[in-house]
Amino acid sequence: MNIVVCVKYVPDATAEQKFEADNTVDRVNVDGLLSELDEYAVEQSLQLKEKTEGAEVTALCIGPEKAADAIRKALQMGADKGVHVSDEAIAGSDAAATSKILAEAVKKIGGVDLVVCGMASTDGGMSVVPAMLAERLGLPQVTFASVIENQGKEFRIRRDGDVATEIIGATAPLVLSVTDQSGEARYPSFKGIMAAKKKPVETWSLADLGVDAGEVGLANAWTAVEQTTARPPRSAGEIVTDEGGSGAAALVDFLAAKKFI
Amino acid sequence: MTEILVLVDHVDGAVRKPAYELLAIAKRLGSPAAVFIGAPDKADAAVAALTKFGADKVYVVDDAPIKGYLVAPKAEVLQQIAAQAQPGAILITSSAEGKEIAGRLAIKLDSGLITDAVDVQADGGAPVTTQSVFAGNFTVNAKVTKGTPIITVKPNAAAPEEAAGAGVRADVAATVSDSARLAQIVAAQPRTSSGRPELTEAAIVVSGGRGTGGNFDPVNALADALGAAVGASRAAVDSGWVPHTYQVGQTGKTVSPQLYIAAGISGAIQHRAGMQTSKTIIAINKDEEAPLFELVDLGVVGDLHTVLPAATEAINQRKG
Repeated sequence: MNIVVCVKYVPDATAEQKFEADNTVDRVNVDGLLSELDEYAVEQSLQLKEKTEGAEVTALCIGPEKAADAIRKALQMGADKGVHVSDEAIAGSDAAATSKILAEAVKKIGGVDLVVCGMASTDGGMSVVPAMLAERLGLPQVTFASVIENQGKEFRIRRDGDVATEIIGATAPLVLSVTDQSGEARYPSFKGIMAAKKKPVETWSLADLGVDAGEVGLANAWTAVEQTTARPPRSAGEIVTDEGGSGAAALVDFLAAKKFI
Repeated sequence: MTEILVLVDHVDGAVRKPAYELLAIAKRLGSPAAVFIGAPDKADAAVAALTKFGADKVYVVDDAPIKGYLVAPKAEVLQQIAAQAQPGAILITSSAEGKEIAGRLAIKLDSGLITDAVDVQADGGAPVTTQSVFAGNFTVNAKVTKGTPIITVKPNAAAPEEAAGAGVRADVAATVSDSARLAQIVAAQPRTSSGRPELTEAAIVVSGGRGTGGNFDPVNALADALGAAVGASRAAVDSGWVPHTYQVGQTGKTVSPQLYIAAGISGAIQHRAGMQTSKTIIAINKDEEAPLFELVDLGVVGDLHTVLPAATEAINQRKG
């Protein structure tokens, strides 16, 4: 089984996130890392590999030079090889262009049975790239999986939705996304870290994928951000310390004053 | 006037509130045209309800051939209706399913997609959206620059408006390809309803975290006294105290209620991302250093197991 796991290099959410002058996310001046939600995708890919003879996991990443860190982390966890699509023209691409580049990379990798994604990125957070990628590849999508089971190419996943828990069936090739409920992602072992240094990583440009630079990037996005505004910090409110019921009284008085009760 | 398509969010034909909110937004942009994909015997009631809230037109699509096949067929149906109607925009509820339908549709129509709008206004006929990003620390205004604007809108982005539209019914026989029916629901177990409001739609949310120690009774009781939904932090969910559907935060629900009460939640960035845009925030925590106290309108430093029951009792007494 040939598995591609899509990994995104994102600004660290615990650091200060900012926009650049052109309203794109500042990805240069902030520390980045493999999106936490993509670690679950790597984990599930590795678990599938471990129970399938001859399976191979390729970590696929689009992003600037620094984004190679995300691939390295996936390789340290246990992925077999990496593909890094990097091209200056890609900067500022929207979800539609991202899905286009991913789709062409998946086609170039070739013979892919399963594309595994995280449930969302921790920066953009749209959760639409898996659906767009599936549409571009003409594949079914099975998303927000918390449990994945397969017998060969027959997949069954569990999705815990708001109104029901569903079991969804589909046959590979397919696009899969996994939630953070699918199981803790492993930490790279020392052996894994050493082994990752010898694993092959290919770097592809847009030309390698046959994608015209005029189809991607900020200037060719299908959406435009007009402005970004920092939210004014919330002014600190009243803090009371509960002593002999004063906390509950303050709470109830506040709710009454604001007409919630 | 240009039609604005609204994909109707419903449960077995019962139209849900977010659909009415979308109709109110559609009216700002053009003529609201609802798309009801559902069972034919539920269509009359749905058409009447949608008309009452402003639909000038209701496209009715029999869902018999696509029921259980997830999102791909619905994207095909919308593509076919859009090809006929040439709408000015397509509005879809920002749920997991809604966003995936929108994603597929955007590629099919070569059109720009904006997700998670908390407001949509008309600027010379073109929709301008507002989104909240980076854990609610920034507000972004955006426009679609290519094709038919496709916008997914969060619940509570607008108030439903009860003002009858023309309500012309148009039955559509959509054709769905075999390739759209490759992923199928093979079994489903409905959740038992808590009887409380939906987390993302509730005006008041009471959430519990690690500080509950696994006892959600005080949280539930306060929520019921206030007619609120119950939420939880990731710590509470990961401990198995409540189901994942309760989780508020980056990997759970994003809520923006009038009032958010956090009990025993310290306020990690993960959680703040899901509730920071709430209008009023109250926190109860034993630890006065809890980061969430930086965001609150009222903070109570104390044990939720004594503060919450006392407050609940006082509220219930007031109600008589």
